[in-house]
Amino acid sequence: MIAHLPALQVVITLIAAPACILVRGRDFAVALTASWAAFAVSCLLLDRVLAEGVISYELGGWAAPLGIEYRVDSLNAFVLLIVTGIASVVLPYTRSSLPLEMMREKTYLFYCAFLLCLTGLLGVAITGDAFNLFVFLEISSLSSYILISLGPHRRALTAAYQYLVVGTIAATFIVIGIGLLYGATGSLNMDDIAARLPATGYDRTVIAAFAFLTVGAAVKLALFPLHFWLPKAYSYAPSSVSAFLAATATKVAVYVLIRFLFTVFGIEFSFETLPTAAPLMLLALLAMFVASTVAIFQDSVKRILAYSSVAQIGYMVLGISMVSAPGLTASILHLFNHALMKGALFLVVGCIAFRQSSFRIDDLAGIGRRMPWTMAAFVVAGLSLIGIPLTAGFISKWYLILAAFAHGAWWLAVLIVASSLLTVIYVWRVVEVAYFRSPTSGSVAAEPGEAPASLLVPTWVLAGLNVYFGLDTTLPVGIAQHAARALVGAVP
Amino acid sequence: MSPEAAIAAALLAPLAGALAIGLLHRRPNLRETATIAAAAVTFLAAYRVFEAVEAGQRPELPLFDLVPGLALHFVVEPLGMLFALVASFLWIITSFYSIGYMRGHREDNQTRFYVCFAIAISAALGVAMAGNMLTLFIAYEVLTLSTYPLVTHHRSPESMRAGRTYLGILLATSIGLQLVAILWTWAAAGTLEFTPGGVLAGKVEGVQLAVLLFLYMYGIGKAALMPLHRWLPAAMVAPTPVSALLHAVAVVKAGVFTVLKVTVYIFGIDHLRETGASDWLMYAAGFTIVAASVVALTKDNLKARLAYSTVSQLAYVVLGAALATSWGVIGGAMHIAMHAFGKITLFFCAGAIMVASHKTEISDMVGLGRRMPLTFAAFAVGALSVTGLPPFGGAWSKWYLGLGAADAAEIAFIAVLMASSLLNVAYLLPVAARAFVPEDPVDDAPAARSVDARRPTVREAPMFCVVPLCLTALGCLLLFFAADDIAAFLAPIVER
Amino acid sequence: MGFFGLYNYWIVVFLMMVGLYIVVEHGNLIKKLVGLTIFQAAVFVLYISLGKVRGGTAPIIVEGVEVYSNPLPHVLILTAIVVGIATTALGLALVVRIREAFGTIEEDEIEDQDGPVI
Repeated sequence: MIAHLPALQVVITLIAAPACILVRGRDFAVALTASWAAFAVSCLLLDRVLAEGVISYELGGWAAPLGIEYRVDSLNAFVLLIVTGIASVVLPYTRSSLPLEMMREKTYLFYCAFLLCLTGLLGVAITGDAFNLFVFLEISSLSSYILISLGPHRRALTAAYQYLVVGTIAATFIVIGIGLLYGATGSLNMDDIAARLPATGYDRTVIAAFAFLTVGAAVKLALFPLHFWLPKAYSYAPSSVSAFLAATATKVAVYVLIRFLFTVFGIEFSFETLPTAAPLMLLALLAMFVASTVAIFQDSVKRILAYSSVAQIGYMVLGISMVSAPGLTASILHLFNHALMKGALFLVVGCIAFRQSSFRIDDLAGIGRRMPWTMAAFVVAGLSLIGIPLTAGFISKWYLILAAFAHGAWWLAVLIVASSLLTVIYVWRVVEVAYFRSPTSGSVAAEPGEAPASLLVPTWVLAGLNVYFGLDTTLPVGIAQHAARALVGAVP
Repeated sequence: MSPEAAIAAALLAPLAGALAIGLLHRRPNLRETATIAAAAVTFLAAYRVFEAVEAGQRPELPLFDLVPGLALHFVVEPLGMLFALVASFLWIITSFYSIGYMRGHREDNQTRFYVCFAIAISAALGVAMAGNMLTLFIAYEVLTLSTYPLVTHHRSPESMRAGRTYLGILLATSIGLQLVAILWTWAAAGTLEFTPGGVLAGKVEGVQLAVLLFLYMYGIGKAALMPLHRWLPAAMVAPTPVSALLHAVAVVKAGVFTVLKVTVYIFGIDHLRETGASDWLMYAAGFTIVAASVVALTKDNLKARLAYSTVSQLAYVVLGAALATSWGVIGGAMHIAMHAFGKITLFFCAGAIMVASHKTEISDMVGLGRRMPLTFAAFAVGALSVTGLPPFGGAWSKWYLGLGAADAAEIAFIAVLMASSLLNVAYLLPVAARAFVPEDPVDDAPAARSVDARRPTVREAPMFCVVPLCLTALGCLLLFFAADDIAAFLAPIVER
Repeated sequence: MGFFGLYNYWIVVFLMMVGLYIVVEHGNLIKKLVGLTIFQAAVFVLYISLGKVRGGTAPIIVEGVEVYSNPLPHVLILTAIVVGIATTALGLALVVRIREAFGTIEEDEIEDQDGPVI
């Protein structure tokens, strides 16, 4: 049983997805059990990886590099933990939010798509085989298009369509890159490719593969200026879906980028032969500033949060672009912390949806008094987003700025804090309206009262984790440092 | 109780109080009892720590590692002890005063007020007793956030604007500059512990040191060094007890306390003086002292005038730090206590006047002194102490600061101190003096009389307001005689 | 192996560009999907070309044949084709729903229909 954990990680949710349709009446129970089981598996996996080192699992008993290998190290074990953890928190939440924002009937179809998306994300994270990665990526993408299109507004359909077109192009870029790599090295196993690449002399095929893979991953993780699909998708999707995708899908894409840049191509080729670091850093900084500035001027909370995601991804890519153990530590740490804060914030939006249909800032006037618990969660997660001490966000900023100093770039440190101040502005815009403005008579009719506990509890679990991991940082920091050292140390 | 446990008690008592206050929100009398009980326990705990510190101990309360290698912990030394004692003692008095003021003024949301107040006190004590810069920074940010609901207490558009300025400046400076400075220190020195003699000698030198000092000094927005002083006048929209305890004592003193702590224990005054990195700061502080006093002269609103006076007085402490001499630091530290008592008296009076007569503008207060003799007498005492005239406490701290300036051979700054005292006389004493003149100006006597006729019953504010302000005025007097003891208590921080 | 020796790769590049151009240029949602499909098909051709071994035959073990084409890319592309079909099907389903909701499948007409904010 224990030996087959890596396979179980993917298989549980994969089987549960069609099972949801078969057992219709109990679809929620099946989905919940599956995602909690997946969470348990990821905890066990992480525990084993930390205790024993890298786990290699040969799927179906076919030896790597010919067979498909599942390879779990501290980096992807951590990503698996994030993905399953967020899914386990969001799923209970959907039970109450689903009838509000999406569908009252045929919920089994939603849970099927949700579990498939989860399966895809887990597969991308766990697999050591490049083509397998593409297949899982498409599984997660296709189901996420479905989930997004379920949004309450008809614009959700066009948002999903646009994401489908862009996402497919990105995935095709990735598959082209993988194909070219296969042409150059004759292998699909990522470690094997890494081992064989030096022998190719890094010819033009490899460079082209590198370009296709990097750009494809950059679209998937919504790196500025390839982010245009994200604000629409996240703001029209149902809130629970936005929470799940914002906290996991882009994170997994960031993982893919890290995996290819550092493990497959290796630091020497990615950053020394090719000048990748400087453009990545520039784009990351642009994302931090442009997307934050755009977020300040949005009318809808969901769009603010969506643009904020683009900006926060900038922080992660900035850490990558420093090409150092401290930088990667900060990136991986922020991967985790941002999942917590953005997940909590989108769940808050879902709680608001319980009482009113509009997310326009003007319509939130006075909501702080109507829904005190909901908005308190928003404030906590918002403070974490800003990076106030005692929240998880502070720890991310701390390590990122420290990495900037270690990089010898004090001006980067200044830019990082300057962009945090933009965060203050857009978070506080919402807080002010919620607590200080009285509802105008013309605003959308809103029922009084707090969201039900079934929505509040998951929201507060994530908001509370923001505080918990702002105090007890041993787990995420330890893993992030371990993973970063492995990535940087693997290739001299 | 061991000193270590006393530290924990001093930090937790206000938080426990906040919880109790929140739970008792339907029963105002019990709620206020909880506030006062928490204040008393906090002060007693702080006093217990004081006994240990005075005996030469440095009690320490470790918590846990926030990030590997960097712990949250509390260590108490004389400088922080003085601040903690002042803040916790004045909290007791302010608690009584708040009861009189909040009820007399019929404020809404009193429970939230008391809860946030208690949290802010806990944060201020956290600043005072922090063992390293990270702990201090965290307490500093908690202090900012917990006072935000107090500043915006009235929820009016005006208070929202003020809240924006307040939070904007304090967060922007602390995250934008102070955090960078802290991380720079951590990257360069490998430690953030408060160490006698500083941690930067040999690590950061020359121009870099001056830049780092700049990041710290303007990063500590609570010290209200011009041009980052705007938040303090803005914060005056808060109820007066907040202005009195937080914006004359806890918050602003947390700022200048941090300035002293950073110069003494991170930079080290010897290192600063040898490199001359703090020279620019003397001029910045000197400018703030004079400029803020001049602005205060132009303000007719009493609280606004007091706020600018605070800005000016805070710069005294910064000047003491910038001089980087033993006397300067001791004078600055002593000024924290002296000014606290003087300024809280003035604010208590301003609040009492507002409660009793609903007057906020100085020009309207002519003749009020006859009706409210105790209040205005206390005001005069506070004004004299802030000005620095004997026999009140403020005289000594200015004396030590002057000694510090002489020690550093910066005679110009003795002149700045003198000029500022004159300005203090000019903007504070007339308030008290004019209140006692007969209230029948010749030119528009009928108008004045008719105003009088409509509201003939201006009397002293409620006892809960008047007694506290008399006590703090008395404190100003007593501190004059305690100066030697305070100086002796503070001496270890500059011993090498 | 001159300029024309790699003609199949030139076809791949040509198809790819055609597909991308259609996706970007056309406002009709169905035509965009057509472009997307062409774009994907180009990649299928790329993979199959990779598997070609000069002089090799079909990879069936028969006496006397030493050189086989590489079967792996073919198998891979079978998967990719399935993914492509799923994508197209989902895209078309979305277009149907869009037409129900907006009454049109022209991008600019949809844009005109309601403001940018929720």
